[in-house]
Formats: sequence, structure tokens, C-alpha cells
Amino acid sequence: MAEYRDLQDLLFGYAAGELPPALSILVASHLTLAPESRQEVERLEAVGGAMLEGLDAVTSPMDMSASLAAVLDRLDDPEPDAAPPATSDRGDPALPQPLRQRLGMKLSEIPWRRVGPLGEYRLDDAEGNETIRLLRIPAGRAMPAHTHVGTEATLVLRGGFSDASGHYGRGDLAVVDEATNHQPVADPDEDCICLAVSTGHVRLTGALGRMLNPFIKF
Amino acid sequence: MLYQPAVAAENASVPVVLLSMGNVTQGKRPSGRPDPQFADLMDAVARSQDRDAFSRLFAHFGPRVRAYLIRAGAPVQTAEELMQEVMLTVWRRAALFDRRKAAVSTWIFTIARNKRVDSIRRESRAELDPNDPALVPPADETADTLVERAQATKRLNAAVKDLPEEQLEVLRRSYFDEESHSTIAADLGLPLGTVKSRLRLALNRLRAAMEEKA
Repeated sequence: MAEYRDLQDLLFGYAAGELPPALSILVASHLTLAPESRQEVERLEAVGGAMLEGLDAVTSPMDMSASLAAVLDRLDDPEPDAAPPATSDRGDPALPQPLRQRLGMKLSEIPWRRVGPLGEYRLDDAEGNETIRLLRIPAGRAMPAHTHVGTEATLVLRGGFSDASGHYGRGDLAVVDEATNHQPVADPDEDCICLAVSTGHVRLTGALGRMLNPFIKF
Repeated sequence: MLYQPAVAAENASVPVVLLSMGNVTQGKRPSGRPDPQFADLMDAVARSQDRDAFSRLFAHFGPRVRAYLIRAGAPVQTAEELMQEVMLTVWRRAALFDRRKAAVSTWIFTIARNKRVDSIRRESRAELDPNDPALVPPADETADTLVERAQATKRLNAAVKDLPEEQLEVLRRSYFDEESHSTIAADLGLPLGTVKSRLRLALNRLRAAMEEKA
């Protein structure tokens, strides 16, 4: 599943474990800020569990007992790596952990690159044709009108913006595809800071395609 | 044998739900026991490192996790090794399992899914941190009771069983296979929109089943 047209697609991709890394940062950050989406992911994971139940592998008991014996033997082995890293205290406490950890600095410390009226800061997690970046739209300003090749998912981290589809505040995630010509306008009271992931052009999936992705640049 | 389902006899009053969607061929014994029993086994593992309880969980979930990893593209031998690692994680993290939050099948699904991303796709997966100070809590935090959770799981499993095969197939492929919806559509000889609407219909039915109050 490599087409993410809306929020539901992204939540499904996250629950099924199929999102590329940049989108998983975006969605995990959104989930931190959006309890309803978190609940939806829990439901989708429950469906995944029910589907796992249905995956009834044809296995002989003999086959499984060798496997079980091997695992029982290892139960007392020391755990190879300890628990996952504790919540990072570096970075900006206002940022969700998945992004805070990745960014490692405060929003006020970001070396914004000016692109027209916008500030842009690229994170380098993108694989293939994805880009992941922070965007700053000055208060009350409009982003230049644009369309997308592929889709762009935008998570509001501070402030808010409006476009033809409505208003988006902190924690909201907007997904637009190439059919949409959208022109987000930042709320008048403060700069709007967003995390945006674009998936453009061709992204190959499947075992072979994934190996080829690093070699294909458009 | 170490992992015969002795629990079934103790819980004769609990109806045994057959949780199948493909061909269930696990000999004479029922392939699925109601989840509360798995939750009891998890508790036994967490509280007293009960190896017998673990063995029963292994007998049920081991083959399923392995089938899941094979379906996600792992060669058989790799899937076997990864499945063993998943089950070791179940043993080591048993204390983190909370039966009020999820069914055992859900919890093990998430561990297997993360293993698939890390080891088969070799990608890093950003995870939600439940202890994040930035976490926005739900507006009304009414946790399910144990009974409600167990019943929701039962309803969900029954609803999966009742799905029309055409929806189930799309659901299965969407959860398990490394394929885009367009590929699924091409394989099934269907328009993309039909694939997406089948997935949506299936999820709506299952969501409704989970939320229905007794």
C-alpha cells in the first residue's frame, strides 16, 4: 500500500506497518497530538490482531515443537539491547517525541532557509522521492499557490492555517494530492509551523523495487 | 505434550470461537480460543515467568506470526528466526501487556509488525511514545472494563469471520502484503475504486462490531 490519499490511508498504513520512515515520523507525531486518530489506530491494530488470528498456518505439531524448544532455551538469555530510549529531554518540549528526537533542537533554534515568504528546514529522512521538511508560514501570509506531484501531508505544529478544505490547528493533519491546487493562509495571530512530507514521482515498492529506490532520482 | 490446551476443559462454559478465515487445519483441536484465556496466560508469564503458559501462547501465535512474516516477504528460514525473536519479545515484555487496552492478538500483531519493519524492510519506524509530555489526552478517558474489552474482541473476531470473502481478501492483502492498492486492483482485475471501497466497507463493519454495546 503506497498511495496515501487521506488521513484514513495514513492511519491504516501506520497500523499495518507500511509507511516509509518520513511518513511514520509525521503520523506518529500526529498521533501524539490527536487522541481520535490514536483511537482509530488502536482499532486498526485490533483488526490486524483479528487478521493475524485468521492466518492459520498449516504447521505440524512436530515442526512447532522444535521451534518452541529453541525459544524455551533462549528465554533466560540476557536481552540483547535494553528497553527503548527514554523520552529525550533534548529539543523542544512542545514538539511530539517522534519529531523532537529526530530534530534535536528547539523550534526557536531552527536555521530556516528563506524560500519566498516561507521558512524551510529540510530533515534528511526522506527516501526515494520523499521530502520531509519543516515549513514556517508568516502570520497572515499565504503560501504560494501550488499543486503537487504525488501527495503532500502537512501536520500543524504551531499556529494554524486555512485552505479551501477548512482550518487546521495544532495536531491537525492535511493531506492533498495532485488534483488539489491549494493555497494555505496562516492564521493572523502567529507564524504557522508545519511538518510536511511530500511523496512525489515514482516510489517503487516490493522487495526488488525497494532495493532500487536509492538509485532512482528524479 | 507440553502445550496441549488444558484450559479448554476448565472453561467449558466459555464458547469456543473459531477464528478462521482461510482453511483451518490444525488437527482436531479448535484453532482459536477466546482471547481472555490468552490474557490469563500473558498474566501468568508476566507474574511468574510461567513457561507452560508461554508454551501455550507459542503454540497458538508462533505459526501465525511466522505465516505473517512469510507473507510479508521473508524467506521461510528468516521468518522462523524472526518469529522466535517476536515470541522472545512477548516473553520479555509480558509485563507491559494490559488486557484493558488490547487483546493479546492485537499486542502480538504490533510486535510482529514492528519486527517486519525493522528486519524485513530494514527501515526505522517512528513510534508514538505513550509517556510523551506532549501527548494530548483524550477528552473523555473512560477506559474499557475488562469485560467490555473481551466482548469487543469477541465481536470483532466474529465480524471478521462474517465478512464477505471479497472484502476479506482486500483486507488481508492490505494488512499483510507489500503491495499498493493499484497492484491489488490489477491482480484482482478490479478498478482501484472498488478495492478501496471494499476496504472501507470491511473496516466500517468491523469498527461497528467493536463499538456496539452489549
